[in-house]
Amino acid sequence: MKHVVRKAYFNFEKEEEFLNEMSANGLALIDYSWCKYVFEDAPKGEYIYRLELLEHPVKHQQSQDYIRFMEETGAEFVVSYQRWVYFRKKAADGEFHIYTDNDSKVKHYKRIRLLFLFVFAVNFFAGLLNVFLGNLSVTSGRPPINTYVAMVSFSVVALLLVFLIIPINKKITALDKERDIRE
Amino acid sequence: MKEYHEQGALTEAVYYILLSLYEPMHGYGIMQNIKEMSDGRVLLGAGTLYGAINTLLKKEWIKSVSNDEASRKKEYQITAVGKDIVNQEIERLEELIKNGRTIAGGGLS
Repeated sequence: MKHVVRKAYFNFEKEEEFLNEMSANGLALIDYSWCKYVFEDAPKGEYIYRLELLEHPVKHQQSQDYIRFMEETGAEFVVSYQRWVYFRKKAADGEFHIYTDNDSKVKHYKRIRLLFLFVFAVNFFAGLLNVFLGNLSVTSGRPPINTYVAMVSFSVVALLLVFLIIPINKKITALDKERDIRE
Repeated sequence: MKEYHEQGALTEAVYYILLSLYEPMHGYGIMQNIKEMSDGRVLLGAGTLYGAINTLLKKEWIKSVSNDEASRKKEYQITAVGKDIVNQEIERLEELIKNGRTIAGGGLS
């Protein structure tokens, strides 16, 4: 039987935790689209799930090569969404981690940070543009709808910064410091 | 030796990947081999391994070997340069161990 769960995650590690808890309870992810998780029944704890943000679009040759490599190592490609890929591996095959040293973890976090910064920049400039258009509306006697839109954009910018960009920066800095003294 | 200092220490992952590739091996084989060699201590993630393989290929410390079998899995093997690197690393590690044992008696006491 299929079970649909609608949920939004902005932290891939929390999302992994969620998917692994679901798997522990006998629900294995089989599909994902924007905030929509589809699970099917599976033996409890059969799979371990891991997420990754790829460097290139999924269709790109390098991504395809990488996914094939992952499959050769016993991981299963479940679904992709934009550049995010959902992998799983049978728990019976042992632990499943994609990145196991500080260097590669930092690289992955930096890719995610770049994505956040991109969304940040888009919203920031959309905000500025709407402030400008809002002011234009006011001077011509129309209601300043764009100003309200700008407030939304700037709120997104602030939330991104506080809840996503600053925390991931902290993670990167911590790993970098660790790298000074050990691998 | 001078050239060596510019390169610095190898990471544990790279050292074990190079050792594994004295025999031609594909990705999963490398992961399993490293796990066995280290008695389960070093578990190499596939993403980390993939990145390392590509870097080592670029540096020409390893090469991919074509296998005519039906298997599509890519196999890799260490090059002469890679072997030099491993030998230099062993020398470096021996120095570390010798000094460690002399001063701290680590592992023997």
